[in-house]
Amino acid sequence: MARLTHTIYPLATGFHGPIRPEPNKELVSKYGYEHFTAYKNSPDNSDETLHEIAQEIRRDIIRALVEAKSGHSGGPLGSADIFATLYFGGVMRYDAKNPWSPDRDRFVLSAGHMCPVLYATLANAGFFPKAELLTLRKFNSRLQGHPGRDMGLPGIESSTGSLGQGLGIAVGMALSDKRVDKNDRRVYALTGDGEISEGEIWEAALIAAHWDLDNLTVIVDRNNCQIDGRTEDVMKLNPVGDKFRAFNFHVIECNGNNISELRAAFKEAQSIKGRPTCIVAETFMGHGVSFMEDDYRWHGKPPTSEQAEQALSELVG
Amino acid sequence: MAVAEVLNRSISQTLSTNGSAPRFEMNGKKATRFGFGEGLVVLGEKYDNVVVLGGDITGSVMTSYFKDKFPERFFSMGITEATATLVASGLALSGMIPFFATYGAFASCRNTDMIRISLAYNDANVKIGGGHAGISVGEDGATHQALEEMAIIRVMPNMTLVVPCDFLEAKKATIAIGEHYGPCYIRFGRSDVPSFTREDTPFEIGKAQTFKDGNDVAIIACGPMVWEALVAAYELEAEGVSARVINMATIKPIDRLAIVRAAGECKAIVTAEEHQVTAGLGGAVSEVLAQELPTPIEFVGVKDTFGGSGKPDELMKYFGLTSADIKSAVQKVLKRKQ
Ligand SMILES: Cc1ncc(C[n+]2csc(CCOP(=O)(O)OP(=O)(O)O)c2C)c(N)n1
Ligand SMILES: [Mg+2]
Repeated sequence: MARLTHTIYPLATGFHGPIRPEPNKELVSKYGYEHFTAYKNSPDNSDETLHEIAQEIRRDIIRALVEAKSGHSGGPLGSADIFATLYFGGVMRYDAKNPWSPDRDRFVLSAGHMCPVLYATLANAGFFPKAELLTLRKFNSRLQGHPGRDMGLPGIESSTGSLGQGLGIAVGMALSDKRVDKNDRRVYALTGDGEISEGEIWEAALIAAHWDLDNLTVIVDRNNCQIDGRTEDVMKLNPVGDKFRAFNFHVIECNGNNISELRAAFKEAQSIKGRPTCIVAETFMGHGVSFMEDDYRWHGKPPTSEQAEQALSELVG
Repeated sequence: MAVAEVLNRSISQTLSTNGSAPRFEMNGKKATRFGFGEGLVVLGEKYDNVVVLGGDITGSVMTSYFKDKFPERFFSMGITEATATLVASGLALSGMIPFFATYGAFASCRNTDMIRISLAYNDANVKIGGGHAGISVGEDGATHQALEEMAIIRVMPNMTLVVPCDFLEAKKATIAIGEHYGPCYIRFGRSDVPSFTREDTPFEIGKAQTFKDGNDVAIIACGPMVWEALVAAYELEAEGVSARVINMATIKPIDRLAIVRAAGECKAIVTAEEHQVTAGLGGAVSEVLAQELPTPIEFVGVKDTFGGSGKPDELMKYFGLTSADIKSAVQKVLKRKQ
């Protein structure tokens, strides 16, 4: 029997033609972006190294957002440690120079608004030049305000931005790998905590458990914040872990701003057989920047230039 | 496209040869959903990456045929239409060709946001089957009688939308969308409808087929209304009116050339669909004509109302979806013709 194959990645029907915005040259040299060499992804990277990478991701988020003059600060900063561990701690398998290689592990950002952290992570891993981060949200940038697959940006597996959809897509990918192709690829999806009030999250959880998708790891960025306020005021979510447990997930609760706890959690997830894993990563929104920390008002706004200066001065080492 | 340019093209270039083919005859009755089910099995036999997702109504939308034949490529999703659509997107992004079928009312209306972002914007190679289309669903009533899918799907970039007219065309269309890259929606019905197309009747995505020649008026129809249009046209012929019948089996991308040509040559148009006229086939044809060649047009279809319970035949009559209704629409448009 034959396979009907199509080229799926990259899709580059992209928006308004091939001419991309130019990053601000002064900033590119100020930040040393032209001389940047990508960080390696290795289980041998120490916790300190991963922490340094997380801080660099945070700096890049601030730099991109202040230049974009709009976008989401809080969630991306708070989840930088999760991304550093996933992409540089030897957890996910990928080749930044061959981003669509058929044996790559896949990451779906269900909380599409958190894309600044994903873009910064991908740039630090060498998927595309760091200078491009400074085109975030600009006309015809590959770094759309919410991820758009049509822009063909290496590392963006799916368009997301309507909350609640990404997890279902990740479930489809995991189903394909485990039940049809029967390969050993793994699929990771990150959701916000406010996002999990969407019903599709729980439908996807039912399906993942029904089909024993142990190749799927869901990370809930449990920062207790969403747009209108604290999650428990907007819509009670506690106990998050028990909800996923009741859906037959293996659940790991950990400090999502602690590299060694995250490392252990991902390792444990990979060892679980027969059911999907949910990592409830307890983070602080805006972590690393004192005046943003644990403040839901930083969900969806960028820093001013002065605030960015201060944030960058705090985000060292 | 300039009108003159269209009209200058030779008939052989723009019209299928079917125009001069022998009359279509009714050859029994069978619901289009069976064509969908059989088409899936053909695809399953041909390609090992065709997979099907079930929505707890596999026996109604005939994905059960595939399930019985290829159980290892059939995945039950429970009753989670929206999420099943997302799962299908993830499968497609992994190189699979997933079909997900459920009642059209849910496949389109409940899933609109999923279709918009995870299928259309993602350009994911997912095929959605929307069954139980139109009021001919019958007794189940308005909640289950999908009358909006064409409007919803038509507005989404990247989507392809096909509405086959009978069992055999449904089978051909199912195979065609399976082999065509991109997000597609196929609309099919529950109740038995006349079978009349033949093995050699062409089906091509994006191409209208002229099922009967004529030059006083063109009836552009889709789905089971194509048969009603043929019946009307044959009767009209006996009454001295030469009516062309065009099977608009692809609603998106719509065959603009066939529409403009029909308008140019017949100078009067009637559309017929088992769907809301607003933003449906009537809407789609009007958009083309308003821009290319304003032409008197009358609509046969559901006019901004919900359906209801009843026998399919009785409902089709009540809602004005019979060959007699098409004939009166023709009389009306002929009066308006310059
Ligand atoms: C379906 C949908 N509804 C509403 C929104 C608007 N929205 C974007 S982010 C957000 C809050 C999400 O909260 P959470 O997942 O906790 O993310 P965080 O604020 O922690 O970054 C909302 C309501 C959306 N993007 N999609
Ligand atoms: Mg949150």
